[in-house]
Amino acid sequence: MAIPLSYNLRNLVVRKTTTIVTALGIALTVAVLLAVLALVHGLQTAFQSTGNPLQVLVMRKGSNAELSSAMTRENFQTLKSMAGIAREGNEPIASLELVSVINLPSVDSPDGMNVSLRGILPVGIKMRDGLKLQDGRWFQTGQREVVVGKSIAKRYPGAHLGKKLRFGRGDWEVVGVMDAGQSSANSEIFGDLNQISSDFNRADGLSSALLRATDQASVTALINSLNDDRRLGVDAQTEKSYWDAQTNSAAPLQFLGLFISIIMAVGSSFAAMNSMYAAVARRAREIGTLRVLGFSRGSILLSFLIESLLLAVIGGLIGCLLVLPLNNITTGIGSFVTFSEIAFNFRVSPEIMLIGIAFAVFMGTLGGLFPARTAARKEILTALREI
Amino acid sequence: MRYLSLILKNSLRNRRRSILTIGSVAISLCILGVLIAMYQALFLSEATPSQALRLITRHRVSLTQSFPIYYREKIQRVPGVKDLTVWQWFGGVYKDNRDPKNMFPRFAANPDHIFNVRPDYQLPDDQKLAFQHERTGCIVSRTLANQLNFKLGDRITLVGDYLPVTLDLKIVGIYDEPDKVPQLYFSYEYLKETLGPNSPFRDKVGAFLIQADSAEDVPRIASAIDHEFESSPFPTKTESEKAFQLSFASFIGNLKLFIMAICGAVTFTILLVSGNTISMSVRERIREVGILKTLGFTPGAILGIILGEAAVISLIGGILGTLLAQGMCSMVSHSPAANFMSGLSTLGISSGVGALSLGVAVLIGLASSFIPAWGASRTTILDALRYSG
Repeated sequence: MAIPLSYNLRNLVVRKTTTIVTALGIALTVAVLLAVLALVHGLQTAFQSTGNPLQVLVMRKGSNAELSSAMTRENFQTLKSMAGIAREGNEPIASLELVSVINLPSVDSPDGMNVSLRGILPVGIKMRDGLKLQDGRWFQTGQREVVVGKSIAKRYPGAHLGKKLRFGRGDWEVVGVMDAGQSSANSEIFGDLNQISSDFNRADGLSSALLRATDQASVTALINSLNDDRRLGVDAQTEKSYWDAQTNSAAPLQFLGLFISIIMAVGSSFAAMNSMYAAVARRAREIGTLRVLGFSRGSILLSFLIESLLLAVIGGLIGCLLVLPLNNITTGIGSFVTFSEIAFNFRVSPEIMLIGIAFAVFMGTLGGLFPARTAARKEILTALREI
Repeated sequence: MRYLSLILKNSLRNRRRSILTIGSVAISLCILGVLIAMYQALFLSEATPSQALRLITRHRVSLTQSFPIYYREKIQRVPGVKDLTVWQWFGGVYKDNRDPKNMFPRFAANPDHIFNVRPDYQLPDDQKLAFQHERTGCIVSRTLANQLNFKLGDRITLVGDYLPVTLDLKIVGIYDEPDKVPQLYFSYEYLKETLGPNSPFRDKVGAFLIQADSAEDVPRIASAIDHEFESSPFPTKTESEKAFQLSFASFIGNLKLFIMAICGAVTFTILLVSGNTISMSVRERIREVGILKTLGFTPGAILGIILGEAAVISLIGGILGTLLAQGMCSMVSHSPAANFMSGLSTLGISSGVGALSLGVAVLIGLASSFIPAWGASRTTILDALRYSG
């Protein structure tokens, strides 16, 4: 027979100071873990919602980033004529692009952060589904005009609508702000491909090509034929898998955060253990009485374990509440692949909170198991005799 | 203090609880120690004397863009510049990138100048000469040589990524240096030759490493160089090596805030944990306090005894934690993370950081026990004796 749950709840209420303090300790540990997970999850969302699985990104062989890739116009013409590329009218849907970084001062760092700049043609803008203009207008071909992602407009005072950015050979006017949903284009600046490439002396040294395939089957075929073509010397992959792979720029912070929260968890479960041992010691006579009433050793063990778990779950819930305000706060992280900053929002999703609660339960089990065993092993007579 | 033996006896009386408390304080202080050491290494450490003389000039926009090689002569003429070398970062692949050890930093430099700019690189003269004379020669730091078992005469192939060349290098020297970072240098001339006469990368470099005559000159040289190229198509940014490293660290995100927030959470957690334990043990002993009082102990003495007990427990925790932190630091400094952030490679608990963590430990012990101790010392004898669990 099991001891009713209300017994445990009342016990937690009776020693409320200890309960609150121990739960808070667990809560902070959970909060640290959740903050890190929310950061990584936010970054993942930004990268994973970038890229269309039907589109193929082509870079020079060996390059793992658009920034270090190179693509000539001649190569691009060859690419355009490959089989399996979707067409609009008579034109294949293919975009030649130039990616570079420029340095913009921000509120956080007056020395400036690196921001991705993308030279693009109208077809390239059309190939980015879900990209729409939030303010202003698109840049005009042949003009020194740029459109900035909404995160950039938010984080960099110098990149507001109507302001001028200085890079390449002179000033560029910000004529629009674009909204790319969750995707990483929010952290990019778009401008006319030919203008930008001539400013950077890279009229024929562009970065990458984006091709839209007609259907799923031709994606694979297109990628295979591109990778096998030795003459072209390119690596092709879906646009989606390229961006998915960028998620690892959060790896150092993720590692540091996980490491710290696991160590903190050990500390917190020691604290939970302490408080449960004290509970067991204080309730020796109660335990004896319960045994006299006929509750088995097993139900005593279970009851104390449940009490510890309850304590931990309360802590876990408080931890979740503590990180909730972080949700949707924008932060930026530098990537060593793109050598620029990507802005994204912390995302405290239900899954992440579940992980937090599970983590708390783990601490509660760790902290409650030994005290519960001590309680269950008490002999009835000695227990009753204890004060 | 004459109550010392009483304090020690008291802290041993519930051994399990003391051990658990010491354990959790130790673990928290270990994290605190490592983070403070990291913070110190990244943001507070002073430039070493040889580092204080060095500057780095790069393209104003970013490290990935380059400027013409002829800047070299112009920079050389800036007063106060002793010598400079090309410092061209070469990405590329050694064997394969799946093992992070293979992703050590490699640079092209001028063999005739590098040792003037980095006088702290220690290697035999014949190896220096070999580096200066052998076209495909390269030198590696002792740290790198130990990591990958490189020996003199070994051949290394680097396949370029954004620089479209494949380099076949031969190790002609192994140098000792104070930062303990894995690094490889090869000749810029060799890179240029391999790039061929028509490469768009041929007469461009990413950065120069500069040695100044004196540390006082450094800020003036930096602004003189940047002023020189201000209105050219390739403006530069020159900063001290230390500032350069800092800007690299800040790139990973707001590390400062991250470290501070975690330190805060950890400190608060220990405060809670030890406060909880102390008040538990005080509560158990209220009757004892009554007996001590009847024996003539003053409230002050009782306060001192309880505070002392908390301080002893947290100090022991602090000592263990600091030792653990030292171990952890040496683990971090040997991990691949140290390849990317200089400063981490020499991470360790300095005596200052050690003293700080122990101070924090004692302070936390005292702060967390003050309220229960104060309460206990104030209870009247009757109340205390009457108290039941």
